[in-house]
Amino acid sequence: MMNIIVVGLSHKTAPVEIRERVAFSPTDMGRPLHEMRALPAVVEAIIVSTCNRVELYAGSHDAEACVGQLKAFLAAYHGITPELLEEHLYDYQGEEAIRHVFRVASSLDSMVIGEPQILGQIKTAYGYATEHKTVGSVLNRFLHKAFSVAKRVRTETDIASNAVSVSFAAVELARKIFGSLDGKKVMLIGAGEMCELAARHFLNNGAASVMVTNRTLERAVKLAEEFQGQAVPFEEFPQHLHQVDIVLTSTGAPNFILGQEKMEEVIRQRKNKPMFLIDIAVPRDIDPKVNKIDNIYLYDVDDLQGVVQANLKERQKEAKKAEVIIDQEIGQFSRWLENRDVVPTIVALRKKFEDIRQGELSKTFSNLKDLGPKERQAIEALTAAIVNKMLHPPTSVLKRNQETASGSDYVDAVRTLFDLEIAPEEDDSEIS
Amino acid sequence: MSVNILLFKITLLFYSVATVLYLVDVVRRKEKAGKTGKAARWILIGGFALHCATLLARYLEAGYTPVANLHESLSFFAWTLVGIFLLFDIRYRMTVLGAFSCPLAVILMLVGSTASNTVKELNPALDSWWFPVHVTLAFLGNAVFTVAFVAGVMYLLQERMLKSKKFSALYYRLPSLDVLDSINYKCLSFGFPLMTMGIISGAVWANSAWGGYWRWDPKETWALITWFLYAALLHGRLTVGWRGRRAAIFAILGFLCLLFTFLGVNLLLSDLHSFKAMEGP
Repeated sequence: MMNIIVVGLSHKTAPVEIRERVAFSPTDMGRPLHEMRALPAVVEAIIVSTCNRVELYAGSHDAEACVGQLKAFLAAYHGITPELLEEHLYDYQGEEAIRHVFRVASSLDSMVIGEPQILGQIKTAYGYATEHKTVGSVLNRFLHKAFSVAKRVRTETDIASNAVSVSFAAVELARKIFGSLDGKKVMLIGAGEMCELAARHFLNNGAASVMVTNRTLERAVKLAEEFQGQAVPFEEFPQHLHQVDIVLTSTGAPNFILGQEKMEEVIRQRKNKPMFLIDIAVPRDIDPKVNKIDNIYLYDVDDLQGVVQANLKERQKEAKKAEVIIDQEIGQFSRWLENRDVVPTIVALRKKFEDIRQGELSKTFSNLKDLGPKERQAIEALTAAIVNKMLHPPTSVLKRNQETASGSDYVDAVRTLFDLEIAPEEDDSEIS
Repeated sequence: MSVNILLFKITLLFYSVATVLYLVDVVRRKEKAGKTGKAARWILIGGFALHCATLLARYLEAGYTPVANLHESLSFFAWTLVGIFLLFDIRYRMTVLGAFSCPLAVILMLVGSTASNTVKELNPALDSWWFPVHVTLAFLGNAVFTVAFVAGVMYLLQERMLKSKKFSALYYRLPSLDVLDSINYKCLSFGFPLMTMGIISGAVWANSAWGGYWRWDPKETWALITWFLYAALLHGRLTVGWRGRRAAIFAILGFLCLLFTFLGVNLLLSDLHSFKAMEGP
């Protein structure tokens, strides 16, 4: 029967020095896909290659041989000795392979659980494979199923709903304070990569304007231009504090540049409208006592890291819910996979014909009550022979094509033509 | 069992189910309402409709607006609370507000179901059109301030977490400080006029029933204290820029005063407003 095989390595099993050596170039996916597809045990082929993982997905009738061939292929294609690669490689087949791909697509196997890129990367990989026609009906359906599982995980759990970077964590905290960020004003004191990144996030999320100040005015002017904001001389920034809702500081000052008294005055000027202060500088720019003032929320780098840690823990909790969803979906998909095998199809086909024969026989016999046992036997034999003769060609075609790529198409055709199963639900038929 | 008592019990059942669903939804999801949250809302709306029927049945049976004893008052309070919450829900769509408010309605109803629910004659002196006007205004004001109390508690919890930087699971589920503060303000700007009109209508009614606008009975005194508390908060908000934590604390204190005015006075201090005085001879 057709089996799903996964061979690969990821950030969990291989260091970057290895990962970069086996990565496939996105500009030239045709050659490796065709070479992989040409391996004797491989019927269908997909190659997923990202900076964190390289994985080969195959449909095969001979799992053991397939695993060996895929490992050899990966090493040979990149000119690495197989022994070197072996310790980093994992391989899965059957339900374990299905689980692995569902988990990867749902971002449960990612370095940062719940990060959204991986699904897009798998969709791209699937796109290359369909473009080069190396996928058949099994991997086709399998990948679509994986996409729908990932979608379900994303909508039914909160796996991706909390920020896991410091600058995004700042934006989320601001949302918990201000509700919407629309129209909020940001002040950037000093320059620093993280500060600028956070300011950009604030702008992208609705903040109205950025005011920039720096000890060197030119630097401030340059940054202000970048943000289409306003530059303020460093000596004057305290006078503007009451106009802004969010303050980001990262100066190299050895002492606090903002103290409790100054901020108490500012909050009075603002009529207690809340302020969010983010101090990314080390040593810190803002006296921690400022956090005690009502309606001012002061966060330093460690506080933000703490938020990120808490969010990661939340994601891990959500990941447990996701595993339950995946368990359900695996059962469904492997039932489909088993059903589409040749042997059960032939059995089902025979049963269907036998049922029809028996039904018609009993009808005829009940109408013709005066038939003797001999005549009955003759009619039985006749009908059985007709059914056998009629079923012989389709059965042998199915058997003959069992090991070929088109085999699954014949199975599909027979199942459809003779109505051998209720069509599986099509909730997963669309790719979004 | 008379119709209104049966309806009362079914209403209580609906409210309880809605409460459980709201709590389940809040435990399971964050912020955005899931299927359970939506189910909770519909069951609560169903319960509210039943509650309307309960009050109507009671009105028809008793022949007066059913707010004359503890059972009736608690039921009426719960009714206004659920009604006001549903109004707020149209604007804010917050499961977590439901998860905090609905248990209060259930508690009111549960206490109400233990109180004697026999229909007694209303004191003829009190039988006037001012009766329904006064109690409806007063209870609507109470209900709006209850929502302010709920928002105040949520504000203090959320503010505590943001200040201390220790986040429990509740942090992810509670709305932003700004939303909670705006609920506080909205409640104040609707609740204060309602309460004021409730007091004025009471005075007018007192004049027609007892021949005097104001008698300084404990209920009146406590209502005035409560009124001043909310007046101070409204004034602070509008002129000095009180908001946030201080406004939340005031809303909570105001609610405690309110609760005492409503229950404490009636049960502990006997006076013209006690339920005994409402019964006929």
